[in-house]
Amino acid sequence: MKLRDIAHSRAGDKGDISNVSVIAYDPKDYEFLAEAVTAERVREHFSGVVHGDVVRYEIPSIAALNFVMQQALGGGVTRSLALDPHGKSLSSVLLEMEIDRPHG
Amino acid sequence: MKSIRIGSGAGYSGDRIEPAVELAMRGDISYLVFECLAERTIALAQLSKLRDPAMGYDPLLVARMNALLKICVERKIKIITNMGAANPLAAAAMICKIAAGMGLRSLKIAAVTGDDVLDVLKNGSYCLQENGTPIASLGDALISANAYLGASPIVNALANGADVVITGRVADPALFLSPLIHEFSWPMTDWDRLGKGTLAGHLLECAGQVTGGYFADPGLKDVEGLGHLGFPIAEVDEAGTVAITKVAGSGGAVTPATCKEQLLYEIHDPARYLTPDVIADFSNVQVESRGCDRVAVSGATGHPQSDTLKVCVGVSEGYIGEGQISYGGTNALARAKLARDIISERLKIVDAKYDELRFDFVGYDAIRRNGPKTEPCDVRLRVAARTKLKRDAVLIGNEVEALYTSGPAGGGGASKSVRQIIAMFSTMVPRQEVRPAVSFFEV
Repeated sequence: MKLRDIAHSRAGDKGDISNVSVIAYDPKDYEFLAEAVTAERVREHFSGVVHGDVVRYEIPSIAALNFVMQQALGGGVTRSLALDPHGKSLSSVLLEMEIDRPHG
Repeated sequence: MKSIRIGSGAGYSGDRIEPAVELAMRGDISYLVFECLAERTIALAQLSKLRDPAMGYDPLLVARMNALLKICVERKIKIITNMGAANPLAAAAMICKIAAGMGLRSLKIAAVTGDDVLDVLKNGSYCLQENGTPIASLGDALISANAYLGASPIVNALANGADVVITGRVADPALFLSPLIHEFSWPMTDWDRLGKGTLAGHLLECAGQVTGGYFADPGLKDVEGLGHLGFPIAEVDEAGTVAITKVAGSGGAVTPATCKEQLLYEIHDPARYLTPDVIADFSNVQVESRGCDRVAVSGATGHPQSDTLKVCVGVSEGYIGEGQISYGGTNALARAKLARDIISERLKIVDAKYDELRFDFVGYDAIRRNGPKTEPCDVRLRVAARTKLKRDAVLIGNEVEALYTSGPAGGGGASKSVRQIIAMFSTMVPRQEVRPAVSFFEV
């Protein structure tokens, strides 16, 4: 299944850094999300877009993960040549990630 | 326990105006805040001020004040906004003029200045955080430098009876935190309460983004009434308990899901959200529904503020030239790719000089560069280049346009543009280098 089946997401920008949240619709899926959606997988998923490090922050109180991706916005929103310089659409791109269905 | 209601009337400079009117008329609010200053907006405003010393404030200031000033004065709603951009004093003078024109009396307008630190950077040994360039070496390319001010000067303005507070660069959440500090007499070192107030401000600063805007995904996350989206209200009590809501009957929705998305919007480490007033900690926040379109957000805390302030530095960096053209039907992608190859050859023939060049096939690879793809039934070639000279930026669009007659079959809808780049960078300065000031004007 796709990540979008169990989670929603929003992307934000600061300079050349994009942050993309992943929030479980059902808090019961949080542990599975934390296991399946690693920083490494996210970096690989954004190959060709994100050229720097990806750091993951965990916010279990709202069943959410936050991915902070360096060198992700074409050198910065104000000088980027990208069609979507803010990377607003990266949330939808991340939700395309294929993940294995949780057990049970 | 005492509580106050603060409305968010704009999430960016060009935002809709009717939702702010709705908030003022029917929101039962005491404060209306307009956050209108993106990173780059202030550099554009600085250029406008250089051309005309009476300009440099938000282009929609007059339209917003015409729509709202009288309503707010009649209802004793105080206005706080960063629409002063590069010129809060000129903005205050303009508001006085509008107020006088409306026949309003006994009005106090406060202008917050001191965020402009261009001279501090020109004469200091600061470097751009992103690439280490010494700022003093930028010369004429350095356009603007504005430190993020905190809540203090706004609190000062409110304590002196201001009805309207107009600022330049101030940290977005501080616009909302200030009335809380003023109303509840929160000490400026009560880090936990400042953290809670900052959370309220952070949730409100993008207006419609917490009431169902930037959220809908048909069939999965449906939101009703985005055409008449209501803007948010934060109800905050003396202890710092926050509830987010909106005007009954307005479009959109306030749900735990909309609040969670906005909570993490533009956040890096949720345990260390840096503002000039406090390092807010959102890592243990709880979000709970309290009925229709009402959500309680609790559990934010705070840590002592840092010794430095962030500065937004605007640097002139040449131009971006762009051209686009569309192809449709069977083989559309192959024809768009042929068009790309022709442009590559043409840019060599006409000797176009650029620092970076990018091709997109819009509808195919413009958003996700790599990954699985399906061939689209129409595709738009987009060519964009960053150049030092305007001449080279102009060539990009011209060459794409010439594909009409000299490119592949069926190329249509060509468009071209050239824009000046003001790139935004950041640096940090010691807090004591920045001296906020407040000026008062009376009508």
